[in-house]
Amino acid sequence: MQFMLLFSRQGKLRLQKWYVPLSDKEKKKITRELVQTVLARKPKMCSFLEWRDLKIVYKRYASLYFCCAIEDQDNELITLEIIHRYVELLDKYFGSVCELDIIFNFEKAYFILDEFLLGGEVQETSKKNVLKAIEQADLLQEVRS
Amino acid sequence: MPAVSKGDGMRGLAVFISDIRNCKSKEAEIKRINKELANIRSKFKGDKALDGYSKKKYVCKLLFIFLLGHDIDFGHMEAVNLLSSNRYTEKQIGYLFISVLVNSNSELIRLINNAIKNDLASRNPTFMGLALHCIANVGSREMAEAFAGEIPKILVAGDTMDSAKQSAALCLLRLYRTSPHLVPTGDWASRVVHLLNDQHLGVVTAATSLITTLAQKNPEEFKTSVSLAVSRLSRIVTSASTDLQDYTYYFVPAPWLSVKLLRLLQCYPPPDPAVRGRLTECLETILNKAQEPPKSKKVQHSNAKNAVLFEAISLIIHHDSEPNLLVRACNQLGQFLQHRETNLRYLALESMCALASSEFSHEAVKTHIETVIAALKTERDVSVRQRAVDLLYAMCDRSNAQQIVAEMLSYLETADYSIREEIVLKVAILAEKYAVDYTWYVDTILNLIRVAGDYVSEEVWYRVIQIVINRDDVQGYAAKTVFESLQAPACHENLVKVGGYILGEFGNLIAGDPRSSPLVQFNLLHSKFHLCSVPTRALLLSTYIKFVNLFPEVKPTIQDVLRSDSQLRNADAELQQRAVEYLRLSTVASTDILATVLEEMPPFPERESSILAKLKKKKGPGTVMGLEEGKRERGPDINGGPEPAPASATSTPSPSADLLGLGAVPPAPAGPPPSSGGLLVDVFSDSPSAVAPLAPGSEDNFARFVCKNNGVLFENQLLQIGLKSEFRQNLGRMFIFYGNKTSTQFLNFTPTLICSDDLQATEPADQARGSDSGRGRAGAAGCQHRVCVGLHRSTSSQHPVQVWRNLSECVRQVAHHTQQVFPAHRNGLPGLLSALEAAEQSPAGGAEHFQGKASNGHRNHQSQDYWVWFRAPGRGRSESCQFCGSRDHPHQNHADRVLVALGAEPPGSDVPAHAADEQGDRLPEAVCAAVGAVLAPRLLAQPLSAQLQARQPASSLRVDGMAQCEDRG
Repeated sequence: MQFMLLFSRQGKLRLQKWYVPLSDKEKKKITRELVQTVLARKPKMCSFLEWRDLKIVYKRYASLYFCCAIEDQDNELITLEIIHRYVELLDKYFGSVCELDIIFNFEKAYFILDEFLLGGEVQETSKKNVLKAIEQADLLQEVRS
Repeated sequence: MPAVSKGDGMRGLAVFISDIRNCKSKEAEIKRINKELANIRSKFKGDKALDGYSKKKYVCKLLFIFLLGHDIDFGHMEAVNLLSSNRYTEKQIGYLFISVLVNSNSELIRLINNAIKNDLASRNPTFMGLALHCIANVGSREMAEAFAGEIPKILVAGDTMDSAKQSAALCLLRLYRTSPHLVPTGDWASRVVHLLNDQHLGVVTAATSLITTLAQKNPEEFKTSVSLAVSRLSRIVTSASTDLQDYTYYFVPAPWLSVKLLRLLQCYPPPDPAVRGRLTECLETILNKAQEPPKSKKVQHSNAKNAVLFEAISLIIHHDSEPNLLVRACNQLGQFLQHRETNLRYLALESMCALASSEFSHEAVKTHIETVIAALKTERDVSVRQRAVDLLYAMCDRSNAQQIVAEMLSYLETADYSIREEIVLKVAILAEKYAVDYTWYVDTILNLIRVAGDYVSEEVWYRVIQIVINRDDVQGYAAKTVFESLQAPACHENLVKVGGYILGEFGNLIAGDPRSSPLVQFNLLHSKFHLCSVPTRALLLSTYIKFVNLFPEVKPTIQDVLRSDSQLRNADAELQQRAVEYLRLSTVASTDILATVLEEMPPFPERESSILAKLKKKKGPGTVMGLEEGKRERGPDINGGPEPAPASATSTPSPSADLLGLGAVPPAPAGPPPSSGGLLVDVFSDSPSAVAPLAPGSEDNFARFVCKNNGVLFENQLLQIGLKSEFRQNLGRMFIFYGNKTSTQFLNFTPTLICSDDLQATEPADQARGSDSGRGRAGAAGCQHRVCVGLHRSTSSQHPVQVWRNLSECVRQVAHHTQQVFPAHRNGLPGLLSALEAAEQSPAGGAEHFQGKASNGHRNHQSQDYWVWFRAPGRGRSESCQFCGSRDHPHQNHADRVLVALGAEPPGSDVPAHAADEQGDRLPEAVCAAVGAVLAPRLLAQPLSAQLQARQPASSLRVDGMAQCEDRG
């Protein structure tokens, strides 16, 4: 996976994770283009599209779009389920997650993502294991403070 | 603000985020942010040391501001400080900040790397995890340098925790992607492979990703992974859905790992028989399971199951060795073509494209043609329709070409603009490739122009002309069809071009019918004239002059048109010039000359369709090439016959040998070369025998010299051969440079230059002219060779007709040379002419590029030296017709473009370039002929008409000069 973007229906970027080195300028350009492209698509359309030389896999959950860019040989359907598993993780952690949770606790959203995906590849697919790691960290803090 | 905030909330941060969200306008938001930035800056600069919590909070705020899209230029130091905190969340925020805002500040990188080093060594698993995440997120070169040695140790150490192993594997993967040379595979390779046997499925997943990437570059070192991957896969696919506990996803056992294992196997050819049997079983199980009734109605279940299925099919296609599996795969995909999930329809179409190129499943794919055509018509999503077009293209063969082309054509009328050009190319390619009946081909292309004229690129209509010219069975039909199409009240300009060209060549074939009599044809074309762009008008003018030859009865009409002010005084130099020349030609030339000069075009050499090349360029090598190559390469593979020798790889040395040896190596390639049989001709000529061994693109290199004196002639990984040439008067000089591109010294590098007869052939055949022209000299000084090529002069003290003959002879010689130097052209004259045209079309009008030296030192034409002075133009052109180098029309007969300069000057003197203007008022009679008339090599043999004797002064060869000349005529 080359990058993952979360953005709202209004086109506001909520989370961005880049697994390839790009300049800030390029990142902004890509984000702008992609948000536009994806938002322009109709609900019943398929979740995959070719974009530059990448494949884009996206899915909408309530007001949020989750959008991944994968390479040519990568599997689209499994990427769609990566998105779903991430949503499940957020949901479990926050307890029926909504966009606001991700806005106010953006750092947690990043931490959870890092436990699940690392360097653009799936690190741990077990929901239990990922959440265990995150909760342990939270526990560490609570004990100390 | 949400009430729940697990872990430790940062109240200040939440307040700040709320503030930002409450901002009514962009300005208010910026104001609020600037206020906060000022606050944070003052806190960081303040005398009071901040506690860890505040520091964390402010760093986090900065991060938030950055993620909103604002630039952050401070706070990095504070973030780095957080890294050395003992509090987990402070460290965590520090690492997050670093991961998101990497700064290339070297001082900072050193500090960061230090902190990471400490955490890796801390033996605190959570700290270690953070450090590894940071490396994987940043993955910079500096980090690769610092940690590429350490991470493999963590990965394979026996006492490393599972989670750390997972992170370490993906860390290493990221570093390998950024700087592969910094991550050499070592003894750890085999131990990493054994992680595929690990009990922890998370570790196996991470390790599989790593191995897949490493195996792509070093297949040998990781080939033991194949059998391990197969047995792991086998255990997963046969397990019950509950066996793998939390690694089962919606009743599908370990879908991510399965996909990754299947992907890893695609790095290798089909394994040994024993393993292969097991793998085939696995794949069959996957195909079977996909057919079972779903265990859940949830889309996640079906997605995960089908993700594994599609990856399995990819592997089956990759191996391309099990006909049963291929056909089964095709049938199962066929079911998806009508699935209600758009995603599955999309993917099924995509996978089928790959199946279509396998000979085992090609027929099976074809059975779905109706469904795919229906998809093209009914799919609401353009990206799915695009896939359907791709699949139709891939499944097309002789049996269904007519149907597919017809469907694509009808789809084209409503197709999205974004994919029209591609469809046009595809239709054109299929129509040509599978045409049994070329009338069908002509109809198809004309339809294409009618339906989507704007998207028909030059390549497409050039191609139809090439084909019509090369196949005489279709010429009459083509003429009839274009004539009919042109009668539409509004037709696309591309149709006018094709129509103009074809009627100009073959209009006579339909002239017998009174409904398409010459005059009707002419009037039809001319009715479009004023609507067309300059290049098309130029083409039409050429058609008109061809009509003059084909139909003498319309000559007066055409002359009237050419003579009209709108042509003769057209503001466009090209049109004006054509009008002047054609008018003159039609008046001065005898019917014999006209017939020779305006003869029907000779057939084009067969070559790869330029349209295909264009589609390849457009789509990248993957899609189209895959299809073509796939079909082609299968043959030898299956028959066990020898593979065709790869043209470029194995024969790289030979091109240079050929070039340098200039035939020191055995006699010229099979078959006598077209012209004089010299060696230069062999090397440079267009004949496949000589060009074939050249690396791709070298033909382009030759063509480059049409308009450039210097450039790279040949290049591969080892050697670059550069050519520098200069021309002065009758002399040309070529420097050949050899550049060694390797880091080692060439041993035994001996370029050989043979000055063959061919160079001497530049000497005028008629010794009576006694020139000093053809001279070949080879000097070997180090790695530089010089070849002096003389274009020759002719001396004449005879009748103007004799002068003219000599001139023709000169031109022939020049053309001959041109052919050697510019082999992109099929025969010498068009080559020269296009060079001329190149010069002509340059911004400066060409006069300075292509010097027509016309000076008359003696005022008495009876004792003059006439020189043809040829110089390749010095400036490049941006684009040119691939047939002949002309920019605006495909290989229209170039005989009309002759602008060869004729001059007389005392031998050896170095006449300034503008001498022509100074003393050109008494140009020999032949010049006028050269300007107005036409020259072809075969003219030589013919007596020249008396008109050539008319004496007319002309000052230069530029358009104004000619116009003047015309006036006096």
